[in-house]
Amino acid sequence: MAESGVTATVGAGRTRGHWLSTLARQRELSLVAIMFVLGGLVSVTAPQFLTVSNLSQVAVLASIVAVAAVGEALVMITRNIDLSVEAMIGLVAYCVAIVLERHALDAPAAIALGIGLGLVLGMINGAVVTLLKVPAIVATLGTLSIFRGVDYLIAGSHQVPLAGLPPGFTDPARDSILGIPVFVLVTLLVVVIGSVVLRSTRFGRQVYAVGSNPEAAAILGIPSRLVVFAAFSLCGLLAGVAGILWVMEFGTINGTSATGTVLSIVAAVVVGGVSTLGGTGTLAGAAIGALFLGFIANALILVGLSQFWLQAIYGVVILVAISADAIILRRIQRATAEGRAR
Amino acid sequence: MAASVAPSAAASAAAGKLTVGYLPKDIVNQYFAAAKTGVDKAAAETGSKVIQVGPNEAKADLQIPFITDLTTQKVSAIIISADGKDEVAPALKAAMAAGIKVVGFDSSPAVGAYNVFVNQVDFSGVGVNLSDWACELAPSCTGDIAILSAAATATNQNAWIDLMKTTLKLDKYKGLKLVDTVYGNDDSTVSTTQAQGLLTKYPNLKVIVAPTTVGILAAAQVVKQAGKSATVKVTGLGFPNDMKPFVKDGTSPVFGLWSVPDLGYLSYMVAAKLVSGEITGKEGESFTVKGLNGDKPYTIGKDGVVILGPAFRFDKTNVDNFNF
Repeated sequence: MAESGVTATVGAGRTRGHWLSTLARQRELSLVAIMFVLGGLVSVTAPQFLTVSNLSQVAVLASIVAVAAVGEALVMITRNIDLSVEAMIGLVAYCVAIVLERHALDAPAAIALGIGLGLVLGMINGAVVTLLKVPAIVATLGTLSIFRGVDYLIAGSHQVPLAGLPPGFTDPARDSILGIPVFVLVTLLVVVIGSVVLRSTRFGRQVYAVGSNPEAAAILGIPSRLVVFAAFSLCGLLAGVAGILWVMEFGTINGTSATGTVLSIVAAVVVGGVSTLGGTGTLAGAAIGALFLGFIANALILVGLSQFWLQAIYGVVILVAISADAIILRRIQRATAEGRAR
Repeated sequence: MAASVAPSAAASAAAGKLTVGYLPKDIVNQYFAAAKTGVDKAAAETGSKVIQVGPNEAKADLQIPFITDLTTQKVSAIIISADGKDEVAPALKAAMAAGIKVVGFDSSPAVGAYNVFVNQVDFSGVGVNLSDWACELAPSCTGDIAILSAAATATNQNAWIDLMKTTLKLDKYKGLKLVDTVYGNDDSTVSTTQAQGLLTKYPNLKVIVAPTTVGILAAAQVVKQAGKSATVKVTGLGFPNDMKPFVKDGTSPVFGLWSVPDLGYLSYMVAAKLVSGEITGKEGESFTVKGLNGDKPYTIGKDGVVILGPAFRFDKTNVDNFNF
């Protein structure tokens, strides 16, 4: 009897997973559709919007947010959140820049250091959340401050200027391969690898299971803490990648670099269809969310709206996204309840 | 938020050796680090001591506790760049009431909350400088130009932009058309987005004028990234260290700033002269500082303001000589 109960739960979980992934895919499609409509509208008043040069420069800047958002999405799917992501980006960016300026490491080694440092910072977050059992929002609020504090400590008032970086180090921010900006390719690579892992591996299924129903996941014998730890670690690793992209994009790095970016990152994830309650959403959605916010910012500037409007519209977009999220969730719950009744 | 501060040292003040509190807007910004090199240099010449305190973020509410701490320590003088002119005023007035001399620099506290304010540059001159550089960089001094500023509420930037607009009305600049003024909030990401917007929106843009160190750097990077260094030029106020590569590749052949270390040096000297009683901060008093202003005297103007000098022009002939 007990056995058949478990089977039933698994069966329901599978149905729900199917439902959710369909909806999540719709979210990505609807975002892309909105971008097209928006693009059409904007290009009426600002014909330059839909030009290759404009779209690619927007995509390059959005790529940094997108890479970090993919990591954040992973954490949020497990029903957690990582607020320290901007401090990880900043700390990695400064460390990479300073070792390059001091000629301590060559470019490939510095990049490896940046990714490794990101991973370690992410593991610290994961350890605090899973071992000390501190709620993620509190834990990462703490590490946000600690990582930024370490950044200040190391950097002091020093700023690594563009000229301090090896010649050519910032070229990837400008270069394209087959017409596609390198940064966009990096984002695509991250999204593709991440999506394959989430969709086709046991770990991926465990991530969704832990996020959608931690108790059931525990009953099923899923090592929740290990899964959450891994999600935070990977989020750190991707923040490291974003930190390296930050150095390449901006060239000039100090202790305050990337301050405040966590808002755009979490916004991108939520707008991209990842539920704040965990268990749903895709990495591609998060990346598209980042691109979407980047295009909104650019479009608002091109149609001549001021920076003040930009802030407000950002907020409106996030609210709309979250409201849609809540409505969709309610529908899913109703649908699954009906399914069970049958 | 407590400051880590050195023990009190009011006793040595009598011997001409001072303990001076240096309180920048924030201690992370390299601008204030450059200014501090000047403060330190001046202090070292008299064997005095400089205590640097300050917040990690440029916020007035974070700055106030440091003023209170310095007052408690009875330093001889406080050299401050105010994060908010009115917010810091009560604390500074309390310090002055306790016998501490207050020298403002870079960003002024409210009038009455300092003894002397050392202004970095002749403000009216900056508007003319910015117009001149734009004129020089636009082919035959004609074409579209745009301004990328800091926050829309930034006092200094708005003053310079207004003066620039007035200057642009003169006949000499009639070929230049100011098509837009946008605000990057002194944030790399926002400034980059805004600069990209300018390039896209105005295909005939010739010059971007950014009277802010964050903005000019972002604009130069965006122009270079877009491969438009040959047709769109960037000028404004920037750090030589930031701008060196762009001076050399032709994206930003000319820009300006003042000598930031000299600003710190002058601020310390003014503080020392206030402590010694050589000056009191009254309008019309004059004094000389060896090595500055061609050894000619500075005169204290209205509201106790001293001006360091005109903006300094950087180009490929001299940019390598500076390190800040």
